[in-house]
Amino acid sequence: MSFLLTCPNCGVREVTDFGYGGEINPRPTAAPSFRELNAYNYFRTNVAGVQREWWFHRSGCRAWFYAERDTTTNEVLTTELP
Amino acid sequence: MSRLAPQPGERIDRSRLISFTFDGKPVTAFEGDTIGSALYAAGQRTFSRSFKYHRRRGLMCVAGQCPNCICSVDGAPGARMCTEPAREGLVVEHVNATPSLEHDVMEITDRAGTKFTPPGFYYKTFIRPRKLWPLYEKLLRNAAGLGKLRAEQPEREWRTEYRRRHADVLVVGGGIAGRAAAAAAASAGADVVLVDEGLAGQTAPLDGVELIAGGSALGSFDRLVPVWQGDTLHQIRAARLVFATGTIEQPLVFAGNDLPGVMLTGGALRLAQTYAVLPGERAVIATTTDRGLTAAQALRAAGVEIVAVCDLRPEVNELGRELRRAGVPVFTGHTVIEARGRKGVQTAVISALNPSFATDEHEFDCDSVLMSGGAVPATSLLLQAGAKTEYDERRGHFAIAELPAGVFAAGEVIGVTGDETAARSGELAGLKAAHELGFGDKHSRAQLQVLGTAPAADDEPVAVAPPVAGASRGKCFACFCEDVTSKDIGLSIDEGYDSIELSKRYTTVTMGPCQGRMCQLQSVRLMAQHNGTSLGDVGVTTARPPWVSVPMGILGGRPVEPAKRSSIHSRHRALGANVKWAGDWRRAYDYGDPAAEALAVNRAAGLIDVSTLGKLLVRGADAGVFLDRLYPNRFSDLKPGRIRYGVISSDAGRIVDDGTICRLDDETYYVTTTSSGAGAVEEWFGWWLADWKLDVRLTDLTQGMAAVNLAGPRAREIISTVCDIDCSNDAFKYLDGRHATIAGVRCLVLRIGFVGEVGYEIHFPAAFGEHVWDALMAAGEPHGLKPFGLEPQRVLRLQKMHILVGQDTDSESTPFAAAMPWIVKLDKQQDFIGKWALEHYSELPPSIALVGFTLPNGDVPTEGAVVLGEDGSPAGQVTSSRHSPVLDRTIGMAWVPAALAHDGAKITISDVGRQLAAEIQTRPFYDPDGEVLRS
Repeated sequence: MSFLLTCPNCGVREVTDFGYGGEINPRPTAAPSFRELNAYNYFRTNVAGVQREWWFHRSGCRAWFYAERDTTTNEVLTTELP
Repeated sequence: MSRLAPQPGERIDRSRLISFTFDGKPVTAFEGDTIGSALYAAGQRTFSRSFKYHRRRGLMCVAGQCPNCICSVDGAPGARMCTEPAREGLVVEHVNATPSLEHDVMEITDRAGTKFTPPGFYYKTFIRPRKLWPLYEKLLRNAAGLGKLRAEQPEREWRTEYRRRHADVLVVGGGIAGRAAAAAAASAGADVVLVDEGLAGQTAPLDGVELIAGGSALGSFDRLVPVWQGDTLHQIRAARLVFATGTIEQPLVFAGNDLPGVMLTGGALRLAQTYAVLPGERAVIATTTDRGLTAAQALRAAGVEIVAVCDLRPEVNELGRELRRAGVPVFTGHTVIEARGRKGVQTAVISALNPSFATDEHEFDCDSVLMSGGAVPATSLLLQAGAKTEYDERRGHFAIAELPAGVFAAGEVIGVTGDETAARSGELAGLKAAHELGFGDKHSRAQLQVLGTAPAADDEPVAVAPPVAGASRGKCFACFCEDVTSKDIGLSIDEGYDSIELSKRYTTVTMGPCQGRMCQLQSVRLMAQHNGTSLGDVGVTTARPPWVSVPMGILGGRPVEPAKRSSIHSRHRALGANVKWAGDWRRAYDYGDPAAEALAVNRAAGLIDVSTLGKLLVRGADAGVFLDRLYPNRFSDLKPGRIRYGVISSDAGRIVDDGTICRLDDETYYVTTTSSGAGAVEEWFGWWLADWKLDVRLTDLTQGMAAVNLAGPRAREIISTVCDIDCSNDAFKYLDGRHATIAGVRCLVLRIGFVGEVGYEIHFPAAFGEHVWDALMAAGEPHGLKPFGLEPQRVLRLQKMHILVGQDTDSESTPFAAAMPWIVKLDKQQDFIGKWALEHYSELPPSIALVGFTLPNGDVPTEGAVVLGEDGSPAGQVTSSRHSPVLDRTIGMAWVPAALAHDGAKITISDVGRQLAAEIQTRPFYDPDGEVLRS
């Protein structure tokens, strides 16, 4: 695996600069059932294609941001601060 | 000596002599020689012993491509003599032969052992009787491998570096096409990197191009191309890639095609022209293209007697006629079917390639057989980058058929030969790459028009070499690296490994140091012949990195391990601390006597450096709300100047980290975390902050602030002598946080009690670390203050049953099971991370519980020892255990079945063969009511 991400603060960097936060998985707004809670905690959509996800500029500005990435090609389409 | 008179293009400097040793014997070389050329000039003909049969092998490619001259240089195996420059004082040694290259006892496998060593022999011959396998394994392991690594290597003897480089265009290959591509892309304005295997000095620099001379591209990983150059690994990422990787001259497969003296024509030419070394006195040449014929002319001119030339093509052309006019016999439609000789080539047998060739044999006395089975494109890197190949019937090899977007190829690798056309194809590729990126101007666009489409691949007549010739006469090697013969490939197919990928894994053909350069095509041809299919149907194996043999150290990067040290570290060293790793930190474990240090804290006072604690400043109007949402307990109602303990839970209700939080003012909280969790907690806070978008600012002070904990019955007296505030118990209560000036430094003093005594955790700017430490040590000296390390701290906190997250808890532990239900405030109106899961667990009695235990005698169970249930099966484990000096007994913490989690319950601990009887205790071992702490 090797690709580039554009940190919204710092610019283009190697993927090894970043931490991966996984696909965007909104936290329930109201109290979930136990089943819903488990789905939120443990289940992911695992899209083969374009996915919105969290990234963290660990070896840089330490900002969390959104990225749109094609999981089949690792092409990062967009990045933006939340 | 077989050194020739000065040659026009020679790269040696005859005025400068170098000497090195080979197997202990001195060898003289000229500046510019390689180890191989110098040894060849000195008469050496056997350069290595082959992998399996220990056959003599001599120089073949003289280009670092075949495995025949692998050796060990200055103790490091894996070097190739034909490309390794000769340098003064080098110690060169042969590999894979015992006792010597000349007399190798394992040669017996070639003469007598062949039938015992078919492909996969280690599973076949050496499997019975099964009892003997351990012995066989030992023998086989001893016999396998080329060269020996030194058992010990001086630390940091070889420092390796990596470098990242982003460019517009990367050109791999510094031949005519590659240089033209690089120059064209640079002239259009692109940022260009050119990688060439030729050493600096042999490759001229190009204006506006970064040249990585003596660099080898190792592969293409999602278009990231790692390039090994000396002790540096360049990780090059370019928007466009141009490969001008050229071709690889192929050997022919005939009986004895590995005898010393059998060489590629290109190898013989390099010896003669570059190093002015006579490759042989009398040579037979076998070729399928014009290469062999031009080589024959050039070598004749250099002084080699050409005994015969076999041109596999049916028609003689002008080059052939020229040779005939000069008196060289040229046999069309012929090839070499056998090379004979004991230590090297003595005669060569040639024959016409037709069904009746037995009647058309000629045998010539000669000392070398120079072969050229055609030049195949070096497509491996292109294939790794996503290109596709197709079988080209006319040329008899796999040629590039399709390039992915953003990847270009130029020169011989796409069949374009001739200096001018190759340069044109390079210029075209370079300009196209640059233009795709938006570079260029009117002039370069016009030039692109002029160049037009890519020059056509050349149409020189070639003959396709037979898969094997003279197979009945002896071993015909398809793969020199792994000693795989034409028969071995047939056998693997007969045994069912009938796809090229299976046969590769079974016979290990293409898996040796040459990475398929010499054997890929030959193995495909042999398989197609044996299966009766076409080469296109057989296909080629997947191209994989690394394309060149590369030392592991280069891939390993910098041989350094980053360490964090607190700003007080020098003091711990001076005090003779026993320094050990704790996560990323180097920490004082103890100062020689952990028991005495722990006792000092309980009886007088101790000072410990806790600068490793994570320290976060949380500021803003919403700071209280933010912490309320992150912790299961409340912080918005914490009064300024007060401290509260907090446990962070995940949304699954599991313990993530813990620490203390001091409210400094209405909008500011000072949060400490565990040492190992500092980074993760900062990430966690930042993540939720990014999601919630509260009015909060987060500052990580972990590195900026030092911290020490002064604790013990005398701690108050000590701090009072150096501190400008009233430290009496009434003015500065347990869980108060106060700003104070200590020895002139403004500090945040937190009255907390991790170690169980009256304690002051003092936080201050890291730059004053030694100064504050020294001041406290001096102030404490009359009171019996002792520095204490991490180990006594662990004993002291265990006496209080204060958990260590990650030691006593794991990723499954909930605050309820970890005996901290009081930390969870489910009546909190507000939502918090973990609330829903904790609500669920609060109604579900935990099946296991974290409790303390004591042992009556002096036994201390190992941490991780098993707690047995009533039926004797494993039901829990010991997480911490120590001998407590102040209580003089064994104390510990363990996960036990909930039914046993009450005072006085008896448990059995099974610890590496010992069965220990322990008694449960649920309240702290020392000062259970916290009276000492609050005093």
